[in-house]
Amino acid sequence: MVTHDSGGGGHQHHPPSGFIRKWIFSVDHKVIGLQYYFLALFSVFLGMGLSLLMRIHLVWPNAQLPSWLWPGGGQMTSEEYLALMTMHGSIMVFMVLTTAPQSGFGNYILPIQLGAADMAFPVLNMLSFWVTFVSLVVLGAAFFVAGGPPISGWTAYPPLSALGQIAGPGQGTGQTLWVIGVGIFCIAALLGALNFITTTLDLRTKGMTLSRMPLCVWAWLITAILGLLSFGVLLAACILLLLDRTAGTSFFIPGGLVLTDTPVTNHKGGSPLLWQHLFWFFGHPEVYIAILPGMGVASHILSTFARKPVFGYKAMVAAMSAIGFLGFMVWGHHMFMSGMSPYSAFAFSLMTMAIGVPSAIKTFNWLGTLWGGKIQFNTAMLFALGFVSLFVTGGLSGLFLAQPSIDLYMHDTYFVVAHFHLIMGVAAIFGIFAASYFWFPKMFGRMLNEGMGKIHFWFTFAGVYAIFMPMHFLGLAGHPRRYSDTTGVNYLVPLNEVHLFITIAALITITAQILFVINFIYSLKAGKKASENPWNATTLEWSIPSPPPFDNFGGQEPVVYRGAYEYGVPDAADDYIPQHLAPAKAGKAH
Amino acid sequence: MERKNAEAGSTAVACILALFLTVFTAVTVYYFVAITWFPPAITAFGALIDAQYHRTLIITGIVFVLAQLGLAWAVFRYRDQGQKVTYFEGHTGMEMVWTLATLVMFVGLGIYGERAWAEARFNEAAPGALQVEVTGMQFAWNFRYAGPDGQWGTIRPELISASTGNPVGLDPADANGRDDVVSPVMYVPVNREVEVLIRTQDVTHDFYVRELRLKQDAVPGLVIHLHFNATVPGEYEIACAELCGLGHQRMRSFLNVVPQEEYDRWMQEQLALLQP
Repeated sequence: MVTHDSGGGGHQHHPPSGFIRKWIFSVDHKVIGLQYYFLALFSVFLGMGLSLLMRIHLVWPNAQLPSWLWPGGGQMTSEEYLALMTMHGSIMVFMVLTTAPQSGFGNYILPIQLGAADMAFPVLNMLSFWVTFVSLVVLGAAFFVAGGPPISGWTAYPPLSALGQIAGPGQGTGQTLWVIGVGIFCIAALLGALNFITTTLDLRTKGMTLSRMPLCVWAWLITAILGLLSFGVLLAACILLLLDRTAGTSFFIPGGLVLTDTPVTNHKGGSPLLWQHLFWFFGHPEVYIAILPGMGVASHILSTFARKPVFGYKAMVAAMSAIGFLGFMVWGHHMFMSGMSPYSAFAFSLMTMAIGVPSAIKTFNWLGTLWGGKIQFNTAMLFALGFVSLFVTGGLSGLFLAQPSIDLYMHDTYFVVAHFHLIMGVAAIFGIFAASYFWFPKMFGRMLNEGMGKIHFWFTFAGVYAIFMPMHFLGLAGHPRRYSDTTGVNYLVPLNEVHLFITIAALITITAQILFVINFIYSLKAGKKASENPWNATTLEWSIPSPPPFDNFGGQEPVVYRGAYEYGVPDAADDYIPQHLAPAKAGKAH
Repeated sequence: MERKNAEAGSTAVACILALFLTVFTAVTVYYFVAITWFPPAITAFGALIDAQYHRTLIITGIVFVLAQLGLAWAVFRYRDQGQKVTYFEGHTGMEMVWTLATLVMFVGLGIYGERAWAEARFNEAAPGALQVEVTGMQFAWNFRYAGPDGQWGTIRPELISASTGNPVGLDPADANGRDDVVSPVMYVPVNREVEVLIRTQDVTHDFYVRELRLKQDAVPGLVIHLHFNATVPGEYEIACAELCGLGHQRMRSFLNVVPQEEYDRWMQEQLALLQP
């Protein structure tokens, strides 16, 4: 039964009973959040494994790989490399970066930070997780079909992705599974977005005005709006691509094509550029979906452990909104060399340079949050600080790519690979790690081991810079991306030692991630028990037990009296004032 | 409510982090500035592009250094030593200043750079340019010249047969095509305006020559015109820069920029090979 009173419409009145209701088909946002989180954790290790195999092949393309490392053993072919690359990108972007920061942590934490007992639509929430799970299974099935996974990249440009088996290995069933899997993912994402927006607008507890919401909640809200508006476009594109592949339509396929001396006779009139416009209209907001939650979490954690308010809360909200809004107007910067009009390129370029402005504002404000603070260096804070550094580095390389004149040289080179890995594959991941170390005590009632956490941080921070900074220089040297090896082009051969450096760095960094898993599993069972508020933090999740009861606030409706970042308030009794503390007890109300 | 936090500020961690950021910044600047990664540009708009790249490098470099060192400084200076924090929630004046400064710098940089882009793309080739049709296919390039009659022969996709010596599908019934030269490598005279007509037979490819500072997708269904004027003779590699299938990484050819006489000689040799 769904009710619309405050405190979480549709929430359960008794805790769920039975293993299936509690842990499998749960409607509890906390369980669902963890389900998403573990799906993402599984996916990130799968994705890292794929990339390690790619890095090994790049350096030793002729190696006879042992069968424990490579199914069947032997030499990896170029199409197998491209299949690894396609699945690496698809799994990382969809199953990790779109999932953990938003559906994982957002699901778990957002209702609690708003003072709600659950999401607005708990059953829909459960559905959106299981639909995501199905999409992962469908996508993963591509590994096991004849021909293997597709080789067209996570971007799946037609006609390569539309023509079927004749275009190449993996382009038959593998590509079809990819299209269906991604389409199913879109549906899950749309359902999730609906839930986030409704919950944030409707289920805020008493006193929780929009301007008292934690910045991570703002980030999750804006991300959900982006998702709602963009995933529908990708779904449409996937349907059109599926029709081209199976129903003889020609949305993306022009006439007169000849593949390996064989004419393609049953298609004409389509445009490959149409796919690119549709895909990138989704694809650009997608990358902001991947990074915005990390920005919100970084702001939140930086303030908490600098023991100072966020610098420029309103500007931060405005900046995230501007990034979200402008993010819909820049998709053409992925298409400067696509055959699109050069005048359009000019327009997209200026919009893209403009998006650097709110990003810069956020960076200044993060520094402003630290300035004059009292910084505590636990692992969550270290990852948040690392996030700032990585965001600056990754964001700035975007300024080169945003200009079509420079993109004439850099497009489709390793410079692009460096850029998006630093900003997505690293900064966003640091956001996930920071959130993990920060909210683990709340979610599991135990503290993660700080010593192991710090070692994990240092290996990862140094490691990711060692992996991705040299890729800029490969790009400057003109090294195209998506090359399975450097044996086909003479000017790439001198760059082999850079590739070797990167591969060794990747090997070490990926191995170091095991520290996180060990810490996680060990601490679940034997970590120091966590109190309600081990971090002395202000927001509502720290006012309830660790882990929280099934209905978060025990049937009560918390009341909020002040903003989310009252740290270091002069003349206050403590160096922080929780949001829910009534004014008489605070020493200074706000 | 616990009094003790999980971790008090640590001078050691602060120093290591600040030091790491500083060293990282220095190493990054060194590799960007001290090493020339580009091959020299051989076109006039290439020089404009390189100039815009350096302008961008300076601006982003300054921002990069200030931000990373600012972070390093803040981390060191404001580590927890038991001090009281300086409570402030923002500063509207500063927000306006750096917003405006960033806007002017970034958008200004973008507008300035449009000149190089316009040089490369807004205008058509100069009249009298040498036309070369560039055709990409899985996984090779073919270059067609119209020959002495200056007329392009008709192409019919159903006649394409790389395996029997007709990779672009020239129609033998069309007299204009009899003197069309099709070559797997590209020759152009130095200091001559060249117009390339970029097309593909199957999937999307991309014609990329580093030294020209030229890159363009070859899109099925389109013929895309670009132009360049190469000023330095040499042999330059052509690499495919758009994922096109399993042979993407070996879809390589050569652009030979040669003196006019050598180009004429090469063209004569190619025409001679066409004789039945």
